[in-house]
Amino acid sequence: MDKVILKVFRGDSNGGTEQDYEVPTFEGMVVLDAIHYIQINLDSTLACRWNCKAAKCGSCSAEINGVPRLMCKTHVSDMAANGRPIVVHPLKTFPVIRDLVTDVSWNYRNSEKIKPLQLAPDAPKPLVMQQMDVDRIQEFRKCIECFLCQTVCHILRNHNVKEQFYGPRQLIKLANLDMHPYDALDRREMIRKEAGVGFCNITKCCTEVCPEHIHITDNGIIPLKERVADEYFDPIQHLIRKLSGADKKKK
Amino acid sequence: MTENYDLFEHDVLVIGAGGAGLRAVISASQAGLNVGLVCKSLLGKAHTVMAEGGVAGALGNLDKKDCWEVHFKDTMKGGQFINNWRIVEIFAKEAPERVLELEQWGAVFDRTPDGLILQRPFGGHTYRRLSHVGDRTGLEIIRTLQDKAVSCGIKTYMEVTFTRLLKDGDRVVGAIGYYRPSGKFIAIKAKAVVLATGGWGRMFKVTSNSWESTGDGVMMAYEAGAELLDMEMVQFHPTGMVWPPGVRGLLVTEGVRGDGGILRNSKGERFMFKPEYMPEMYRGQYAETEEEAHRWLEDKDNNRRPPELLPRDVVARSIYKEVLAGRGSEHGGVYLDITHRGADFIRRKLPSMYDQFYALGGVDITKQPMEVYPTIHYTMGGIRTEPESCATTVPGLYAAGEVAAGLHGANRLGGNSLSDILVFGRRAGDGAAEFAKAASHGSLDERQIEEEMSLMLAPFTCEGKENPYRLTQELQEAMQEGAMIARNEEGLSKCLQTILSLQERAKNLHVDGAREYNPGWHTARDIRYMLKTSEVIVRCALERKESRGAQWRTDYPDRDPEWGKKNLIAGKEGDQVKVSTRPMSEMPPELAKLFEEGK
Ligand code: SF4
Ligand code: SF4
Ligand code: FES
Repeated sequence: MDKVILKVFRGDSNGGTEQDYEVPTFEGMVVLDAIHYIQINLDSTLACRWNCKAAKCGSCSAEINGVPRLMCKTHVSDMAANGRPIVVHPLKTFPVIRDLVTDVSWNYRNSEKIKPLQLAPDAPKPLVMQQMDVDRIQEFRKCIECFLCQTVCHILRNHNVKEQFYGPRQLIKLANLDMHPYDALDRREMIRKEAGVGFCNITKCCTEVCPEHIHITDNGIIPLKERVADEYFDPIQHLIRKLSGADKKKK
Repeated sequence: MTENYDLFEHDVLVIGAGGAGLRAVISASQAGLNVGLVCKSLLGKAHTVMAEGGVAGALGNLDKKDCWEVHFKDTMKGGQFINNWRIVEIFAKEAPERVLELEQWGAVFDRTPDGLILQRPFGGHTYRRLSHVGDRTGLEIIRTLQDKAVSCGIKTYMEVTFTRLLKDGDRVVGAIGYYRPSGKFIAIKAKAVVLATGGWGRMFKVTSNSWESTGDGVMMAYEAGAELLDMEMVQFHPTGMVWPPGVRGLLVTEGVRGDGGILRNSKGERFMFKPEYMPEMYRGQYAETEEEAHRWLEDKDNNRRPPELLPRDVVARSIYKEVLAGRGSEHGGVYLDITHRGADFIRRKLPSMYDQFYALGGVDITKQPMEVYPTIHYTMGGIRTEPESCATTVPGLYAAGEVAAGLHGANRLGGNSLSDILVFGRRAGDGAAEFAKAASHGSLDERQIEEEMSLMLAPFTCEGKENPYRLTQELQEAMQEGAMIARNEEGLSKCLQTILSLQERAKNLHVDGAREYNPGWHTARDIRYMLKTSEVIVRCALERKESRGAQWRTDYPDRDPEWGKKNLIAGKEGDQVKVSTRPMSEMPPELAKLFEEGK
């Protein structure tokens, strides 16, 4: 294979069309390389976001052959099997600004509403925490805010309940804070109400697309559901967990 | 045609939203001021995100002997003594507190068995000093600062590129730029401005830098009359990826070597042990046999560190020489091998390196060695600042982080950049806040604004045919050839000529399309900054007729003690770059004596 056809969405908030570009390939080429080739050689107005080109910043998200992926981590050779064209579209769940660039400000607005860590007044300085106790929150902190999980989640994608559901990214942010050994805030109200954890019906599509391999559903959302369920629907179990020390924080 | 622009007003304006900018807005807003933050990308995507290995600060969690004095000495030695000693002193003293404060704000570092922050060894650091989170420390820091900054109630302008500082007389009173999405103009009036725009590596072909690193921050300061310091000092990180072509230059963290990674040439030699690669200054401080280096992995108190952990300039030059001598790897690098640490260890300590090589290079680093070669990584030179307040030479203008100079001298030690942005980000925020509290707003000069807007819009109507991407590529070729790791008079002069002719051609830049999110148009503006920055780098590199740290002149291969007493200064004089020298102030006796104690 020495050439590949890319079908790239061109347009803005008023709509648009796919346009074909023929791009020469090289070993190890990723989709972002192909987009850059187009910008440099074929059409300098093609808009996309990128920063690191190393799958570390979460800027270059797009829907490639219908699946949300990072363009800098997706090999052209994997996408163009049997000489098929590669179809590149912007994230579907967010409004298009231009071409592959979407307006993701909704995510930032919700993120802002989540209060940062508030240390318990008796927390030692420096903090003393065992690796074992931070392993699970470090997993959530790997998030690069690519919003691939947000775009794939059918609650947001098909049912557009953005007013009531923050989506998987913000849920693991909440899980991170809630599971922090020294966080003093009670976040259950927010998890249940504003963030709308109840909307999630555990399809795990978000986990599948996460480029950081975060177990969003199993390690983040399900424990959150249990936490608010404990509180709101099962006080007895909550008490048992507290007494047995399984729920060692927020004594 | 008159262009409109949006106008906003803040007490303090911070340009750049990496670690330094975010830390600056936190302190300025804690001082009770109204703060605006401008970022070129979305929030949280700045270059800090790519920092991997760790943040250096003498917490002494593992090596009790560590203290600010040793960190001070390591940093001065690494920088080959052209660092500003006062800046280094402040830095070494304050770094531990800044790291601990991050933990209070939610950062979750890896832990020691005692439950404290875990620290790893790194090149040029005497002790285990780098607090880290696997190999994604930068992400941890930027996310922590981002959440903290946002909760301080600042105003953030995302995807806004600023292109010019606005002056009222001598003083900087605001700035103008454009929104990337709409292409419309925006001006912000401020009592004080902090530049935290990071470094500039895009003018080189093989670089670990993103599209943002075009030198716009440092050039805005230069245009506004600020003095630049030691601009020739550009760091070549010893280990960038070499294969496949699309990832050439991508960073391979020094953490690999900190955790035991071994460098070998195509003959299988562990070449860093060759005596000719050991600088005089470090002789006797590194393991001299492979056995000792191996024992060090388990027993750091009774063995010396492997020579792979020499400072970056030394390792980069050694790799360069090995490849030049025909002992390179398949794709023109050398081998970096960590397989002996075992798959579990590697996946736990270097997860993103594992992913990066697996996904992008098709290499499983738990089973195979990596191929690496030096890549442009960091800029030690930059805007000259006051140690205490981070004030530049222009009233109302402050600078912190990679865009500023003075801390790292001729070579930066790994891990010092992340503590740099914390220590001096905070100080710049405080410095700007103090200035802003005592000042009232200046007035914006419509003429300067008009001028900038028409300069920005010119490529749309220009009759010329120059393509901004082509010019960028030509500049990158020229810099790669003439101003890379091994420099000499002839190569540098030729490079300068190319830069000057490209500057001429840049007057005929033409772009198509509309103003909304038009990358071709953005590149047309970026290339001007890159060309000017390159000119300054090359002029300074020509001027420094010696080899020191990152500056390796093959025609002047030795260090010249005279050059160790002064800094190179670049400033704007009319339309010309003026390069001069300034003597450094002498280190006070209590600091100087640290180097005698042999501690
Ligand atoms: S598991 Fe929940 S959050 Fe994830 S995609 Fe499914 S519904 Fe959305
Ligand atoms: S959780 Fe994963 S998919 Fe979602 S934003 Fe973070 S990194 Fe991206
Ligand atoms: S460019 Fe950073 S994740 Fe793709």
